[in-house]
Amino acid sequence: MLPQRPPRRAVRDSLLRALVLSSTLLAASLIFLMLAFVAGEAQPALGARGLGEFLTSASWHPTDASAPEFGLLAMLAATGATALGALLIAGPLGVATGLFGALIAPQAWARLQRMLIELLAGIPSVVYGLWGLVVLVPLIGAGTRSGQGLLAASLVLALMILPTVALSTEAALQAVPRELLRGGAALGLGPIARARRIALPAARSGIVAGFVLAIGRAIGETMAVLMVAGNIVAWPEGLREPLRTMTANIALEMGYATSAHRSALFVVGLVLMMAVIALVALAALVRGRASSVQEARA
Amino acid sequence: MSARSLEGQKPSERIATGVLWTVSALVCCVLLWILGDLVVRGAGVLSPEFLTEAPRDAGRAGGVGSLIISTLWIVALAVLIALPLGFFTAVLLADHRATRLARFVRGCLDVLNAVPSIVFGLFGSGFFCVTLGLGYSILAGGLTLACMILPILIRTIEEALRAVPSDLALAAAALGISRWTRLWRVVAPAALPAIAVGVVLGVGRALSETAALIFTSGYVTRYPEGWLDSGRALSVHIYDLAMNIPGADQRAYGSALVLIGLLLIINTSVRLAARRFSARMAP
Amino acid sequence: MTAMNSPPFRAALAACLALLAGGCSGSADAAETLTLTGSSTVAPLASELALRYEATHPGVRIDVQSGGSGRGIADARQGTADIGMASRALAPDETDLDAHTVARDGIGLIVHADNAVASLTTGDVRRIYLGEVTDWAELGGSVGPITVVHKAEGRATLEVFLEHMGLDNKAVDADVVAGENEQAVKTVAGTPGAIGYVSIGTAEVDIAAGVAIRTVALDGVAPTAAALADGSYTLARPLNFVTAGKRSPHVQAFLDFALAPAQHDLVRRESFLPAQ
Repeated sequence: MLPQRPPRRAVRDSLLRALVLSSTLLAASLIFLMLAFVAGEAQPALGARGLGEFLTSASWHPTDASAPEFGLLAMLAATGATALGALLIAGPLGVATGLFGALIAPQAWARLQRMLIELLAGIPSVVYGLWGLVVLVPLIGAGTRSGQGLLAASLVLALMILPTVALSTEAALQAVPRELLRGGAALGLGPIARARRIALPAARSGIVAGFVLAIGRAIGETMAVLMVAGNIVAWPEGLREPLRTMTANIALEMGYATSAHRSALFVVGLVLMMAVIALVALAALVRGRASSVQEARA
Repeated sequence: MSARSLEGQKPSERIATGVLWTVSALVCCVLLWILGDLVVRGAGVLSPEFLTEAPRDAGRAGGVGSLIISTLWIVALAVLIALPLGFFTAVLLADHRATRLARFVRGCLDVLNAVPSIVFGLFGSGFFCVTLGLGYSILAGGLTLACMILPILIRTIEEALRAVPSDLALAAAALGISRWTRLWRVVAPAALPAIAVGVVLGVGRALSETAALIFTSGYVTRYPEGWLDSGRALSVHIYDLAMNIPGADQRAYGSALVLIGLLLIINTSVRLAARRFSARMAP
Repeated sequence: MTAMNSPPFRAALAACLALLAGGCSGSADAAETLTLTGSSTVAPLASELALRYEATHPGVRIDVQSGGSGRGIADARQGTADIGMASRALAPDETDLDAHTVARDGIGLIVHADNAVASLTTGDVRRIYLGEVTDWAELGGSVGPITVVHKAEGRATLEVFLEHMGLDNKAVDADVVAGENEQAVKTVAGTPGAIGYVSIGTAEVDIAAGVAIRTVALDGVAPTAAALADGSYTLARPLNFVTAGKRSPHVQAFLDFALAPAQHDLVRRESFLPAQ
């Protein structure tokens, strides 16, 4: 019996496997490449000052000639506060908007809403920052003080992450099989009840995926926050008090920093990435426990 | 399935529906407020010359024609690179929902998504421009942006693939169709509209990026002649006009309007294309 | 026939590829390409100089990139750029570099247009920035509490300002820290009680464009280009083209061009003062 060539089917499937595996490998390795880069640039400052100082002090004076200080704490708190504020605003609003567009609104309105939200998604962060600085900040300041601070930053960030939440929610809800919803209608459930009890739970993984993307964007946003948060290194003390996020700090000082200062800024970047890794790991843990509870119930 | 009549429904349904209408109206109003503000401040500079000429006098005169080309090339490169990479990764993630590998990969991508754009810019500058020797170039910018939009593409494509009804895939398997054919002829076409959402989000993110592009595709304003040329993206131009050049505010807003116009055109095209192909393939 | 083979799809694909393929040709062959990187303050001026130079010197391409003074100096040192742009004087530990001053940039105080206070002494400004004076009423104004706008660390504007006022950055009690000039301008224009300091040229152009700010005289001297030119106003910083080591003939030719009096009109158009 002559050796047979493998059937075309098998060759194509092997090719598919190869493409899938290599793509995944490449995609997953990108973050490690970035971490290596940032860690490498941060090394000099870490060696000279030690990570401890960065993590235990809130005073940031990197260019002081006699006694430079490299404390991140206040900026870490600022990043957390602005991201949280943005999520508190954009989360509920985004889910509500997505739900409305997917299940409740008439087609025409849903299309208009979606178009507007997609437009919002493409507006550069610079333009948001500019609008925030020129329109929002004076409103918040009410003529007596600077409006740059936590509230302005949270609002602008919320605007930027709203499309992600809304569009992900809408897409996830639209993917829910219609039979499920029809079954609910047959049982006498109104549209809201159907949404709450059937559609939302079914679309949960898609909605959560949207949230994770949105949090990531909120934490990593640089330009817009830079323009409306005030950029004073201080603990978040009030809605109209200025603060400086870690990303704004890097952007503000990187272009004009000498090598030691520059390295310290990369430490800021490294600490930020560590914080995100911790957050993502935490979220995965919570999700893991939630799904095993679901399985136990079923 | 939209709400038909609200008559005969419980009060809680009516209140909730009312709340949702209010939220939607609020969100739409805010968007229109911002867009309206942009139009009022920037529409005055829009003209055919503005769309075709290169900037002069540090951006205070001339137009953004050369920047439109640079921007289109950068974004097109970013999508061309990220889409296949993202698609195949999403295939793996959609097939293996809860394996350790899939969870790990998703975690990596979630972290990647949160990296600040300026760090991407510095990384892109160090890796693509210097290590790979591309210098300040549109290609370096496209590669950097591809890294940035990859997480968003993968996440949405994964959800899109997973949302395809399982009976389609099972029927294909029952018929003995190869995985390759099942993917291209059955699953992917059904998921196209949702994949389009991912592309739209990715393009939106790519078009709006500034910090990453300053360090990679650069600041040069002339018409680019090749991918290895440096070319200023529209978003970088807007930043420069608004924050660095005095007296150029109106042009900054005008450029923003051009950018939004570009986004509208790209989004509509992507959505239309996805709908057509998906309709042809639907059972 | 699947969708992927249909004529419209193929046509669209061909069009997209054609648009993209325009990029495959690689960069044009120029006889010589010069790269400048560095300060975003100097970059617009450098771009204009480059445009004019390219028009009169065919075969030479000059690429101007941004990234900040720190990057410009680092790139000049490493040879990544032919010329680095720095919006400050060289530091004591930068003796291995040569600075060619292409322009001077004055720094002036600005307040909101509604603020009637037209003149401040160095002592007043010190007290404001130290947080010892918190309301304009204490200085003869009526626009309410003072909002102090400061600059980010590492910027030359900050260094020159602190030195002139005799302030230590750690002691400054500010309400807003601005990165670029225009951010400070827009902040002051949006807050009636704000005070900040920016490039004089920037302030003059913005005032002419109708932005709601005005300049403040320091110790009796108004911050105008004329006062800078005749030396009565001293708060200023140089804008430098920085090179390292031996300069190639092309670099030298461009430097000679850039510093020549024939290009002073470009310098003034960017609201700077030609170097003396």
